[in-house]
Amino acid sequence: MTSAQDGDHAAYGELLSDLFPVLRRFVVRKWPNAHDTEDVVQEILVSIHTVRQTYDRRRPFTPWLMTIAARRVADAARSRYARGANETTVDILPETFDGDGANSEQETTDDREALRRAMAILPAGQRQAIELVKIQGLSLDEASQVTGKSVGSLKVGIHRAIKAMRQALERIG
Amino acid sequence: MLNRDLIETLTANCAPIRPLAHPAWRALVWFAVSLCYVAIVVAAMGVRPDFVAKIADPQFATELAAAFLTSVVAAAGAFSAGCPARPMWERFVAGLFFLLWAGALAVGCWRDVNAFGVSGLLSHSDIYCLPTILAISIPAAVLILSMVKRGAPIAPFVTIGLAALASTALAAAALRLSFRQDAAVSVCIWQFGSVVLLTGIASLFGRALLHWTMRDELIASFQAHRR
Repeated sequence: MTSAQDGDHAAYGELLSDLFPVLRRFVVRKWPNAHDTEDVVQEILVSIHTVRQTYDRRRPFTPWLMTIAARRVADAARSRYARGANETTVDILPETFDGDGANSEQETTDDREALRRAMAILPAGQRQAIELVKIQGLSLDEASQVTGKSVGSLKVGIHRAIKAMRQALERIG
Repeated sequence: MLNRDLIETLTANCAPIRPLAHPAWRALVWFAVSLCYVAIVVAAMGVRPDFVAKIADPQFATELAAAFLTSVVAAAGAFSAGCPARPMWERFVAGLFFLLWAGALAVGCWRDVNAFGVSGLLSHSDIYCLPTILAISIPAAVLILSMVKRGAPIAPFVTIGLAALASTALAAAALRLSFRQDAAVSVCIWQFGSVVLLTGIASLFGRALLHWTMRDELIASFQAHRR
């Protein structure tokens, strides 16, 4: 981490690669029921990156790392439970006919534009999940291989994306 | 995003960064800058005419010293709370000086009771203390907020609470240097009470003011920076 603070890219890359399995084990041990372990680990790595200036070179690295990891796991769990209280998980997502024949030409153009705008507001992860599964037609397993995320994480992402897009479309009118 | 891609992105954006200085040193820097500001405010409002006589009073001197010490030690605690794995006691040591401050005020109240009786305690309302302390503390609070934001938001409520305590204690000390309000109960309720109230309210905003940068947000900032 000292080398990373000095801007040593190679040392930093090596450190993050070494930390990934350690953090994954830590997350699984702290939160065995987490559906999106990979997401939580990625958020921990991002947190380490954004606060790397707080590492004191005269102090040991592991307590610094684990304090951040424990805090981020707790934050992720709290945020999950808070969202879960307001969401209903469905096994089969509602689908509509997307063939142009079912819509007038003007409606089709309007719908596409509205959908494009609704998708633009999604976070990158959710937009990617929608593009792969709902637009390109990949299965959840295939999308999982492409993104590196678990199937459960993709399902949650798609569900939230559809919910956010529905709200955006209602606002757009 | 693939794990490998994320690591590559973070590695590519690993610019050299200066480690934060020790919390005590950062607190002294903040205190020195804020003290200059407070000196200007006190000079603008006018130093109380009986200052020389008052500072010779051990109760007043203790109260003033405790307020300043609470301010600087609370600032150090706020900076320490933003550094992962620093000792927990550093966050709470300001409480000792806070208690010393409260104790000095309690001695003042006891002295007033002996001098004027219980009825002497119930003096007039000094509600102006609350907005005055708030107004004086805002620049110091903005400065300390910008400094604690460089730390890690591992304890946002404690960090913001201590930062608010540091700013408001300094403002309360400035008020004591300017205004001839010596009824101990009034000082206790309206000045010390304002500090406690503002610190409590500010700490509620801990999570709103200090939060982690999320993955997508960081990646978007890298992309924006590249453009």
